[in-house]
Amino acid sequence: MIEATHRIASVEGTALPLRGDDIDTDRIIPARYLRTITFEGMEHHVFEDDRRTSAHPFDDPRFQGARILLVNGNFGCGSSREHAPQALRDWGIRGIVAGSFAEIFFGNCITIGIPCLAADLADIDWLQRAIGRSPQEPVVLDVAKGEVRFGDRVIRARIPDGARSQLVTGGWNGTAVLLEAGAAIESTARKLPYLTGF
Amino acid sequence: MGKTLLEKVWDLHTVRTLPTGQTQLFIGLHLVHEVTSPQAFDALRIRGWNVAFPERTFATVDHIVPTRERKRPFLDVMAEDMMAALERNCREFGVPLWNLGDERQGIVHVIGPETGLTQPGLTIACGDSHTSTHGAFGAIALGIGTSQVRDVLATQCLAIEPLRVRRIRVNGGLPRGVYAKDVILAIIRRLGVRGGVGYAYEYAGDTVGRMSMDERMTMCNMSIEGGARVGYVNPDETTFRFLEGRRFAPAGDAFDAARAWWSSLASDPDARYDDDVELNAAALTPVVTWGTNPGQSVGVDESIPVPDEAPEAERPGLKDALDYMGFKPGQGVEGVKIDVAFIGSCTNARLSDLREAARIVRGRRVAPHVKALVVPGSASVLHAAEREGLDEVFREAGFDWREAGCSMCLGMNPDKLEGRQVCASSSNRNFKGRQGSPTGRTLLMSPAMVAAAALAGEVVDVREIVQ
Repeated sequence: MIEATHRIASVEGTALPLRGDDIDTDRIIPARYLRTITFEGMEHHVFEDDRRTSAHPFDDPRFQGARILLVNGNFGCGSSREHAPQALRDWGIRGIVAGSFAEIFFGNCITIGIPCLAADLADIDWLQRAIGRSPQEPVVLDVAKGEVRFGDRVIRARIPDGARSQLVTGGWNGTAVLLEAGAAIESTARKLPYLTGF
Repeated sequence: MGKTLLEKVWDLHTVRTLPTGQTQLFIGLHLVHEVTSPQAFDALRIRGWNVAFPERTFATVDHIVPTRERKRPFLDVMAEDMMAALERNCREFGVPLWNLGDERQGIVHVIGPETGLTQPGLTIACGDSHTSTHGAFGAIALGIGTSQVRDVLATQCLAIEPLRVRRIRVNGGLPRGVYAKDVILAIIRRLGVRGGVGYAYEYAGDTVGRMSMDERMTMCNMSIEGGARVGYVNPDETTFRFLEGRRFAPAGDAFDAARAWWSSLASDPDARYDDDVELNAAALTPVVTWGTNPGQSVGVDESIPVPDEAPEAERPGLKDALDYMGFKPGQGVEGVKIDVAFIGSCTNARLSDLREAARIVRGRRVAPHVKALVVPGSASVLHAAEREGLDEVFREAGFDWREAGCSMCLGMNPDKLEGRQVCASSSNRNFKGRQGSPTGRTLLMSPAMVAAAALAGEVVDVREIVQ
């Protein structure tokens, strides 16, 4: 759970296109695998139920070793389970490009060092097709510049300034940063009527 | 220019602006459960950190607990491990644990409000997406993941981006047989499951003003299903009356002072909203989901969409959902046969939900092919319901009467669908596999609609039953 925090300005590697909107975290990691007190072994069950019922990109030999996940709209909606991004990361995913992200999932990814960039759906669609044709061609997910590069194509991609800053400065695993506030935490608490008996 | 409740509460809890531009937000109440906390406590242990505000941290068990056979050790070894870990962590870090057998045990989003811990003006965090429930009291309540649970345990703070506010004004009288659950499902149907991303939803209007706290909790609970991490209702007399006399609510002079402060937090009449939406409650009908996300719903008297008539971008999603559910485009939802009826979950397992369902069930029988269960949201709800004899009403009709927990909402405990079973459910998510069977099918609806479906053995229009 605690990793040495490091700067993440970009991620480079082959990509895995996974189609479909509103893919929820129950699908990424079914709830039965949350019956554990660690995050170990989650990667063995990523998309398990989807993969049992149909041919799935996570089983496609062309996409093994992929580091970048290409998905569509509202990826990671539903449950707040951090087990979902943990499972994806331990499977090998180091960055995600989506049309959009669900908010809690996005926060969970950033806090374990998985950059999430949002791009226009038309660009994602183009990229998913292009990767399908050339799965060995690397993709660069440039956090600092806010772009995704594939061959000579440069796609604009968005990430909120706060998350970008956390990743590129190495401050994404943030407890230490919060602790630095020190006495300011106590003084905020002392101003709250419900903590001082009204 | 006035401020929204969100802005006021946010400002009060801002510790500082972080170098990243995010807000370091103080969290007034941290609720902890067995699923998303063990790795966070381990992280504290490794670093030698303490829980910063143990007196503002409360734990209970809900997700994995069986609702029938509760003897320890549990039959499920992994569930037992999680229980033991939470007990050890709470002991070691000085966090109160409302364990099995405690009157305060229950679904975390039911017990916060009923003990009076949940109050207006608080920031609340919990490692669970349905934390938005607590917004019903005019709190800003955030669902978080495990690393953020670690942050809150160690610092009582979160690093977070500011939220925009969308006001959703619901006006008009709710027709008979139409409930808060139908209102929120109708909102999600209209604004979509991602319409709320980046927003807090402020529920306002005369319909919401007339709602009980239980009903407001049902609305706020499902904000996250519309993509909004936070949903809230401005505190009013209904809120104050609910809180008065509860164990953790202020008492005597402090209550009067609290009430004045709480009132001051409501959004100002001239507050600026980032978006404004209106909904006519009087035109609503009971809502049933037919698909695999909570936005895929229709009124009970409508038919399931035909993908070829939908905008092109939506067709693949609609087809995929129809395929999974085994429904035909254009068929009605009324008359869909069910196998299981589940009344429970943090959305709809409060006393008023059980009363309304019991009113429909009383003196009738569950259809022979239906397995039906009622799972109260907390030990306290269970006992209150038993004092009113509701357990007998349900049992006599053929329902199982269970002990408090998340139960069949999420497939983490022995209560699960089997195979392709269809479940009429008062819970919040109809995702593929959500209720524990990888091919199981969920139809979300109000508890009254679930009760009616249990009796008929198929989806029926509850308006034809309730007087």
